[in-house]
Amino acid sequence: MTDVNTSIVMLSMKIAVVSGKGGTGKTTVATSLALTIENSQLIDADVEEPNCFLFLNTKSEVVGKAEIPVPRIDEDICTLCGKCSDSCEYNALANLPGQILLFEKICHGCGVCSAVCPVDAITEENRVIGYIYSNNGEDLLFNYGELIVGEELSTPVISKLKEYANEEKDLIVLDAPPGSACAMVEAAIDSDFIIVVGEPTPFGLSDMKIVIETLRQLQKKFGVIINKDGVGNEEMEQYCKEENLNILMKIPFDLEIAKQYSTGKTLVESFPVWRKNFTNLEQDIKELIG
Amino acid sequence: MEEEFYEFRTRYKGADRMMTSKIEAKQLTVVSGKGGTGKSTIIASIAYLLKDRALLADADVDAADLYILFPPTKSETKEYKGLKKAIIDFEKCTKCNICQESCRFDAIDSDLFIDSFKCEGCALCYHICPVSAISMEERISGYYYSSDTRLGKMVHAKLNPGEESSGLLVAEVRKKAKEEAEKTNKNLVLIDGSPGLGCPVISSITGSDMALIVTEPTLSGKHDLERILKLLEQFHIPSYVIVNRFDINEEITEEIEAMCRDSTPVISRIPFNPIFTKAMIEEKSVVEMEATDDSVKNIQELLHQIAKFIDEKL
Repeated sequence: MTDVNTSIVMLSMKIAVVSGKGGTGKTTVATSLALTIENSQLIDADVEEPNCFLFLNTKSEVVGKAEIPVPRIDEDICTLCGKCSDSCEYNALANLPGQILLFEKICHGCGVCSAVCPVDAITEENRVIGYIYSNNGEDLLFNYGELIVGEELSTPVISKLKEYANEEKDLIVLDAPPGSACAMVEAAIDSDFIIVVGEPTPFGLSDMKIVIETLRQLQKKFGVIINKDGVGNEEMEQYCKEENLNILMKIPFDLEIAKQYSTGKTLVESFPVWRKNFTNLEQDIKELIG
Repeated sequence: MEEEFYEFRTRYKGADRMMTSKIEAKQLTVVSGKGGTGKSTIIASIAYLLKDRALLADADVDAADLYILFPPTKSETKEYKGLKKAIIDFEKCTKCNICQESCRFDAIDSDLFIDSFKCEGCALCYHICPVSAISMEERISGYYYSSDTRLGKMVHAKLNPGEESSGLLVAEVRKKAKEEAEKTNKNLVLIDGSPGLGCPVISSITGSDMALIVTEPTLSGKHDLERILKLLEQFHIPSYVIVNRFDINEEITEEIEAMCRDSTPVISRIPFNPIFTKAMIEEKSVVEMEATDDSVKNIQELLHQIAKFIDEKL
C-alpha cells in the first residue's frame, strides 16, 4: 500500500519479472538486476517455491506473517440454519447433521459467513498460511514470502509481502511466480513495468503468449528478455517483431551459465561483464516508462 | 486425515467421484516444485510408450503445452465456469460505499469501479448492499477439451488470463480424463501437473495413486524438491524422483539421491541433451525421434525404462 507520505519522496520504480513457463530464468534476471542497481530492493514473490535467497549471500529472518481470518462458529448460538454454508462461494463450509464443518484451507477469509449469519454466531480468528522474511539489508534490501507447505492460497501471502515494498529505494524488483493465473497477476499488478523472460522454444513461446495476453488486459507496459537464446528456434524473436514488442536483452544459451546457476551463483557474480548490460537494462526501462 | 479431508471436499463439490468409482483407472501425477525441469517432455514420452493403456491429461491449466507435441485433430470443447464476479447496477446504487469499505480484496475503488482482476467472487458486496444493487454474474473462466490426437484421446484445458480457481479446473480435467479413459478401455491416467505447490498442484495430486517428481540438480531444484516431497508426504502418495539434466551438476545429483534414499527413491538420471528441444520443435515426443547417435539412443532407453517401471507399478 502506498501511503500519503510517499508523495513527498521520490517514488521507486517497480519492475516485476514474469515468465508464463517455469524455469525460463526469472530468478536469474531478477537477482542480477537488483544486485547491479544501487539502492534497490529485491522481492521474491514466488511464494510457493521461493529461490532468490539461495543466490544471495545474506541472512533473512521472519518479519511478518500472512494470515487469513477464518470463521469460528459458536455452537451454543448457532441454529444450524445453513445460511453460512449456502453463501460460501468457495464451499469452505458444509452443513452436516448437527454441525457446520469448516475446511479452513480453502477459506478465503472474505467475511460472507459472518455477515449473513442471522444470529451472530460467527467470529473470526486469524490463521497463519505463510511467512514474510527480510534481510533488513542496507544496500540490497531483500524480502521474500513463503507459503506453508500444504496451504493452497498463495495470493494472500503475495499481497502481504507487497506491503514490505520500501518506497525509499530507487528500484524495486519483484520476482513473480510462473504461470498467468491469479498469483502472477497479484505479483505484477502494482508494477510500473514488467519484464517477460522467455525461453525460445515452442513451449516457451506458447506460455509467453498467454502471459502477454494477460499483461495487455492489465494494461501494463512490458518488454521481453530472451533467455537461453539459441537453444530452440527463431519463432519467439519473430513473434516479438510481428507484435512490435521490445526485446530488452538476450542472454545466450551456455552450459557454463547453467552450471554456475546450479551452484547458486547469480549471472552478474559469475560473469561480471553482464553488470553493464543490466545497468543499461534499467536505463532502457526508465525511458520506456517515460 | 488430509486425504479424507480432500476426498470429502471434492465429493461435496460434486467435482468428481474418482475415489469411489468401481472400474478404477489408476492415476499418476507428474510434479516438480520448480518449473522448467522437464515434466511435460518426459511425460510425453511415457504417454507415447504406454498409449495402449494410458490417457494423457494436461493439468497445467495456465501454461498447457502438451497440445504442441500431440496436436489435436478434433476437439470436443467444454466451458469452465469458475467463480462469479460482482456487478453494480448504478440505477439502483445510492453510492453509500458500504461495498467498497467492506471488500476485503480491495476490488472496489472509491468510484465504485470493480476491478475484475481483484474481485475474488466472494459475494460479500452482494449480501450486504442495502438496496440490492449488486448481482453476481456467472462467466466463463476457461475451457477444457477432449481431443483426438495420435495417442488417442487427450484431455487438456485453457484457463483465461489472470483467473482464479485453477484448482477447480484441474479437478474438471481429471474428472473428464477419467471418464474418457474408462470409455476407451484405458486403465491409467497420466496427469501433467503445474509447478509450485499451491492450489492447482494440490488439486492435481489429491487421490492420485502415484507421483513422479522431475527435478534438476541445481540449488533451486533441490530446495523446491524438498518442499514438494513434504507436500506429497502429507497426502501419503507414493513418490518417485527423476533427476533430469543430472550432468549439469553431479555433486548436487548425488546430494539429491542421498536425500531421497529412504522414502522416495530416484528411479532415473537423465543427461542433458538437445534432443528434448529438437523433438519439441518437430512436435514429437523424444521416443519418436530417430536415434541419430548413441547419446539419443541412451536417453530413449532411459525413457523406456521409466515407462516400464510405471507400467509395472500401476
